[in-house]
Amino acid sequence: MRRDVFQAIADPTRRAIIALIAVQAMTPNALAGHFDTTRQAVSKHLRILTECELVKQEHQGREIYYQLEIDKMKEIDKWLEQFRSIWENRFQQLDKLLSTIKKQK
Amino acid sequence: MMPNLQFDFLVNKEDNTLTMRREFLGSRQLVWDCYTKSELLDQWFAPAPLTTKTKTMDFREGGHWHYAMIEPNGTEYWGWTEYLKINPIEYYTALDAFTNAEGEINYDLPRAEWRISFSEEGDNALVQSVVTYKSLADLETVIQMGMEKGMMATLEKLDLLLSKIKK
Repeated sequence: MRRDVFQAIADPTRRAIIALIAVQAMTPNALAGHFDTTRQAVSKHLRILTECELVKQEHQGREIYYQLEIDKMKEIDKWLEQFRSIWENRFQQLDKLLSTIKKQK
Repeated sequence: MMPNLQFDFLVNKEDNTLTMRREFLGSRQLVWDCYTKSELLDQWFAPAPLTTKTKTMDFREGGHWHYAMIEPNGTEYWGWTEYLKINPIEYYTALDAFTNAEGEINYDLPRAEWRISFSEEGDNALVQSVVTYKSLADLETVIQMGMEKGMMATLEKLDLLLSKIKK
């Protein structure tokens, strides 16, 4: 199942996890130490973040480290920038139209 | 070029909304007309070099605007705006949709809800647009479609042109 990214980062714990692993890759146990929740709860958050492809797992010996998928975060910003660009162009055209209408009056 | 007009673009990733606030040199009534009358929408809505052509416009609650954005080579991209609530000249809400020339809505593709509010800022008008997508995946699909259809490339060229003109 493909989850969506907005849903993933809506949760404050998940945002905190992203902030922590942005600095360095961490194991679920190390992450759990930062929160007042159970290890199981942290694992569930990590699973959701993994399903959204926001974090990826890396096996080092017997430990699993979680790290941030930086490209995915950049992709979102790129989409938003394109949306903004469309509307900036539209608004500039509306500026021109308004000025034309005002001159006609 | 235009004097510095306010333009805010805010993304709220917690509730899937994009908010745009833009100031315009014109009265609230005039800007409202530009957003709600097809003969005026046709003159600004499609980003250049695309042009807008209205097929039908029925600006009332439950009514719709059915339009095409047309490339210079004649390729048409059809759009549909369904009006939900209208309170002249304060605000209106609408659902957008992808459609074809016949006005058959493609329900497989995501629809966003728009709330466009108009207020006054001195002699100028301030328009706030809040766009709500059900999910980021929805937004992704919409933008992906735009890119596939080459519209984004067209827009990037325009950006380049605008930045050259500004210099």
